[in-house]
Amino acid sequence: MALNSVGRDIPETFAGKKLIPYSDPWSLQPHAERSTRAIRRITHNGSKLVGGLRDAIIASGLKDGMTISTHHSLRNGDQLLNDLVREIDALGIRDIKIASSSVHIVHAELIPFIRKGVISGFECGVNGLIGELVSKGELDCPIIVRSHGGRARALITGEVPVDVAFLAAPYCDEYGNFNGYYGPSACGSLGYAQVDAQHAHKVVAVTDNLVPFPAVPVGIPQSVVDFVCQVPRLGDPKKIVSSTTKITTDPIGLQIAKYAALVMESSGYIKDGFSFQTGTGGISLAVAENVRAIMRAGKIKGAFGCGGITGNFVDMLEEGLFEALFDVQCFDLKAVESIGRNQKHVEMTAGTYANPFNCGSVVNRLDCAILSATEIDVNFNVNVNTESTGYLLHNTGGHCDVAAGAKVSIVVCPSIRGRLPMIRDEVTTITTPGETVGVIVTERGIAVNDNLPELKAELIRRRAPVKDIRQLRDEIYAVTGVPRPIEFEDKVVGLIEYRDGSIIDVVRQVCP
Amino acid sequence: MADYKLRRSLLYVPGNMPSMLQNVPLFQCDAVQIDLEDAVPLAEKDAARILVRRFLDTYKERNKEVLVRINGLDTKWALDDLKAVLPGLPDGIRLPKADSPDVVERLDTLLTEYEEELGLEVGFFKILPSIETAMGVINAVFTARASTRLIGLAFGAEDYTATMEINRTKTGEELFNARMNVLWAAKAAGIQALDSIFADVNDMDALRTETELIKKLGFTGKSLVNPRQIDVVHEVFAPKQAEVDYALQVMDAIKRAREMGTGVISLKGKMIDRPVVVRAARVLSTARAHGMVDVVINEEDINGAE
Repeated sequence: MALNSVGRDIPETFAGKKLIPYSDPWSLQPHAERSTRAIRRITHNGSKLVGGLRDAIIASGLKDGMTISTHHSLRNGDQLLNDLVREIDALGIRDIKIASSSVHIVHAELIPFIRKGVISGFECGVNGLIGELVSKGELDCPIIVRSHGGRARALITGEVPVDVAFLAAPYCDEYGNFNGYYGPSACGSLGYAQVDAQHAHKVVAVTDNLVPFPAVPVGIPQSVVDFVCQVPRLGDPKKIVSSTTKITTDPIGLQIAKYAALVMESSGYIKDGFSFQTGTGGISLAVAENVRAIMRAGKIKGAFGCGGITGNFVDMLEEGLFEALFDVQCFDLKAVESIGRNQKHVEMTAGTYANPFNCGSVVNRLDCAILSATEIDVNFNVNVNTESTGYLLHNTGGHCDVAAGAKVSIVVCPSIRGRLPMIRDEVTTITTPGETVGVIVTERGIAVNDNLPELKAELIRRRAPVKDIRQLRDEIYAVTGVPRPIEFEDKVVGLIEYRDGSIIDVVRQVCP
Repeated sequence: MADYKLRRSLLYVPGNMPSMLQNVPLFQCDAVQIDLEDAVPLAEKDAARILVRRFLDTYKERNKEVLVRINGLDTKWALDDLKAVLPGLPDGIRLPKADSPDVVERLDTLLTEYEEELGLEVGFFKILPSIETAMGVINAVFTARASTRLIGLAFGAEDYTATMEINRTKTGEELFNARMNVLWAAKAAGIQALDSIFADVNDMDALRTETELIKKLGFTGKSLVNPRQIDVVHEVFAPKQAEVDYALQVMDAIKRAREMGTGVISLKGKMIDRPVVVRAARVLSTARAHGMVDVVINEEDINGAE
């Protein structure tokens, strides 16, 4: 055990890997070459179609102990990972690691296969029941949670070697060119799959929409695709674009959004060349709406909007408020439709988006970003992985990447959820270190990190409700009381990897 | 004497909803009206009373005026309401169905009794009567003078239209006479006139239009049913920069006058005396709430040092 710089006990090894305790966001340097894979030579000019999913698994040479991946752009509508694991089981293959870009609630169907030994670990974060059962000790399956940028890093450096990537291909031809823009399972950007396509040892394009050659525009090219297989359907279109796309009407949410917009306005970054990232969810959209009004009023032409893209961002692009959108995943149909026709709406790989180990990712160019939290501590550390139950329920997404990159990262969070205080002495799990978090915005007030003194002074000048974060905590505790700490066993069931590969926290089994 | 306290927005909060009460300190309205009357179902009257009292006890750092709307004095709940909430020290009581001056006088007497019992100065608790029936409108001029505790008259258009057996429209022609009567009564008595709620919380454009209208008529604020309405009402009541500049000049002029030992002075050919100063003070306190000026106006600025 070693204590990392944010005070968490990190074991020396986990699931057979030696661990580096987190020290700070910037200093860890890569000592690696880009990962290599065998160069293949396909000389035939015919079809790469191998039949169905089972044929593709056989053709790929998947064996016991190997690692597979999928992309999560179909989100909760994804059927591919579930079907894939069922076929892997049917072929008698065991001890498979999953290194998908994310695992969603819909993938709770995998649980019997974890119990059966078909799946023996996750090289990626998980959303929903799998993490809960692992936290309770009811499933024995190590989980290594990575951020979007961190996952790209791990594939590119070869820390996580993906043996076979099975990539959902919504619009695909028989020679393996595909994109995500069209078809019944259209999901827009394939930003995460791009990394797998370049680095997995074998690449299978899985489609429910085979179109005559060539499938253009080419998102992922034939030159990196080994096989193409057909399935009746990749997923449920209704759930592919299921994120909240309505602006909140909750007065508390609107108040938070108003304060967040005030923070951005006070930062001085909303001017020509402004860049911005926000997520989905009612509050984030309300913030975007406020920013839009400020930009309109000031006749401001921003540089770019970034991240997961919503219709709201598309409207801002089309209105001329941004020069471009950098899109790693589309959150709604309007975004999907836009990326297929507008050259200023640019598909961005997860590596370009957020990998810390390259010559500069897009998050580095962000002025302001809106982030969420399940808990925040008085040192500005943010948890998005576990909830106050201690269960691992959420993946990191781009949280720590964006916080590190953006000049002003703004965490928006109601001060109380249910009866629980959201600002506390300690968070259950540290996802994102406080030194990369600029401002915490709740309906009860705004806490500004000491590393942004000018912003703090400007907010006070504008009579914003700026409060010391400890004062904010005390006000919330006065309403909720101080929660009793959760009791954990010593057993580590999951890792929270920081974007650079060091370990910022671990998830321990919760006492029954 | 018209006070210049800001009452642009008086937000109703149901007294039986803990989740909403806990957010009272957070909203930027000028006043809240915690409701024990229409918002609370009969079965929850007792529980709401206890809850409101508990809330008042914990809400120590008051950042807005706190009124409690009790049940009408003609109901069986009113006395229990007062008994429960007054020790929690609300700033005042919103009195429904203030159809005549005697209703206000009765409450005045009750409040005095509680003040004596609680060891408070007589007049601590204020009253905001609701003028919400035809009779109430007719008697408004007397009601407005029924007690020195009155901070204003509040017009209640929903109940008023019901007693008139008419429908309330978004344009509000049917309310003109009643509104004017309430306004005259309030202004003649030197208290504020506060307008009715606007019920459609999704129609911000119509809320804005109505608020612009009532501001033009002379109302200084409005009751609200949803926190989302606060911003619109404040935007309408925000003073124009020219008004603010003029008010600052007025305050400056009256200060100079007092230094010269007089209470009247000419500014650009216009006489500046106490009523002009009171109006300027109101403009500046509104402007301050909107972040337009930093000056704090106190009694001495208005009345001069004794």
